[in-house]
Amino acid sequence: MTIQDVKSILNADVIYGDGLMEQEIHTACGSDMMSDVLAFVKDQSVLLTGLVNPQVVRTADMMDIRCIIFVRGKCPDEDIIELAKEREIALMSTSLRMFTACGLLWENGLRGEG
Amino acid sequence: MENLIQLSYEVDGDDFTRAGEASANVKKSLRKLGVPPEVIRKVAIALYEGEINMVIHAEGGVIDVEISPEHVTMVLKDHGKGIADVEKAMQEGYSTAPDEVRSLGFGAGMGLPNMKKYSDEMEIDSTVGVGTTVTMTVYIP
Repeated sequence: MTIQDVKSILNADVIYGDGLMEQEIHTACGSDMMSDVLAFVKDQSVLLTGLVNPQVVRTADMMDIRCIIFVRGKCPDEDIIELAKEREIALMSTSLRMFTACGLLWENGLRGEG
Repeated sequence: MENLIQLSYEVDGDDFTRAGEASANVKKSLRKLGVPPEVIRKVAIALYEGEINMVIHAEGGVIDVEISPEHVTMVLKDHGKGIADVEKAMQEGYSTAPDEVRSLGFGAGMGLPNMKKYSDEMEIDSTVGVGTTVTMTVYIP
């Protein structure tokens, strides 16, 4: 599916990345612990998280993650958005909780492993 | 030696939000040089974990990176409090990071194990009260 499909499924607001919506994604991961993302994630292109700080974007950048979705209605501040722009990583926010958001994406065919 | 590139970065220990800037720059340089993506990934993760560690535990330090056609070598040197028990620090899940670091998504005790996992060679030279030098090498196939 595309980032646009993820947006529709999660009824998410795009914070940054209107031009990145057509990118294909195949796998996703969900975590509030960036240490675990760095330790266990492999080739996932979407990160769902309830953590909001610049290290989320930096971690995503290191892992080649193309899209970050903030769950539970969380919104990043300007510094975080700026960082995502520099790195061309799409940012979205959904009011859904982590479990529900991950479940909906799974139901629609997105998987955890490549 | 020809084709040797050296990069050096000062890591600011006071600003956690900027931790990772050096790693991002190294990643960018490797990409420009046409280094294979799997090598870039290993270097980026190992170096980012190391950089985060420097900020959490050692009030910053210096990162030197050497890029040759055969390998990428990273030397992370700090003058922090040192690691009392390196073997213990290498165990997954063992962490001495303060609670505020955990609230930022780090401090799960995966830093050093991750650095070892993603580098082909890693050496830790640490003296309590003096500081720590971590040397990591990733080979370019």
